[in-house]
Amino acid sequence: MAFVPPARHLLRAKDLADARYAEPLGVEDLARAAGLSRAHFSRAFRAAFGEPPHVYLLTRRLERAAALLRTTDHAVADICFSVGLKSLGSFTTSFTRTYGMPPAAYRAAFPPAADRALVPTCVLRAYGRPQRRTFGEDSSRAPV
Amino acid sequence: MITIANAQLWVHDQDEALAFYTEKVGLEVRADVTLPEMGGFRWLTVGPAGQPDMAIVLMPVPGPPLMDDDSAGQVRALMAKGYAGTIFLATDDCWASYEELTGRGVEFVETPEERPYGIDSGFRDPSGNHLRLTQVRDLATL
Repeated sequence: MAFVPPARHLLRAKDLADARYAEPLGVEDLARAAGLSRAHFSRAFRAAFGEPPHVYLLTRRLERAAALLRTTDHAVADICFSVGLKSLGSFTTSFTRTYGMPPAAYRAAFPPAADRALVPTCVLRAYGRPQRRTFGEDSSRAPV
Repeated sequence: MITIANAQLWVHDQDEALAFYTEKVGLEVRADVTLPEMGGFRWLTVGPAGQPDMAIVLMPVPGPPLMDDDSAGQVRALMAKGYAGTIFLATDDCWASYEELTGRGVEFVETPEERPYGIDSGFRDPSGNHLRLTQVRDLATL
């Protein structure tokens, strides 16, 4: 029997966030995927990947929203809901804090999708995910 | 002319990896050689049937003196977090390959999706390595 370090179970939770971010997925679901209690899971996830699971999930959703803003003409509200976020107001707030401008301005700042090089989406997903430096969703702090 | 001969993945357990890559992914064994004079080191490679000059080396994490225990522990920890290896596999029919592999028990972390460059999907091996499975679009059709 191969020795499997505990982080292998945490990777299942991270993969779940990447695969099903669009669904009403929460930290409870991620903890269940890892087979850990919620409190223990959050600590262990943060120790393994450097950020708490709810931040990982939020930045994954924001990264997907930013990708849809760049590559589709879907309405901002539709994009918000299609990446699994429930409030347009908090989406706009956290997007603006993360990317330094509101969703519509972000879209206007990028060229049309056809101009983009054919880089695999898994690479774009990994390297395009923003780093969150603040916690609470409704904090009014400017981007750091 | 230079070509690529082997690419290497770290694996937790070579028997487990061999079963996964042959029975589930459908690759064939290229070399499976154990060297008693090298402390039982096992050189294990697998590759696709249609590509005889290219193989994946399934390498166990070594111990001392090649790699100190602390470094080996760090490599294992990185593997468990999915940071230690990626291989991009190509298929001429992503959905058919997805169905075939799923039927053999491979758990995909990304089901096939349309991308600008083709139909793309992804799964992990038992060690946490990230395998892509992509049907690359003929760029002439873009």
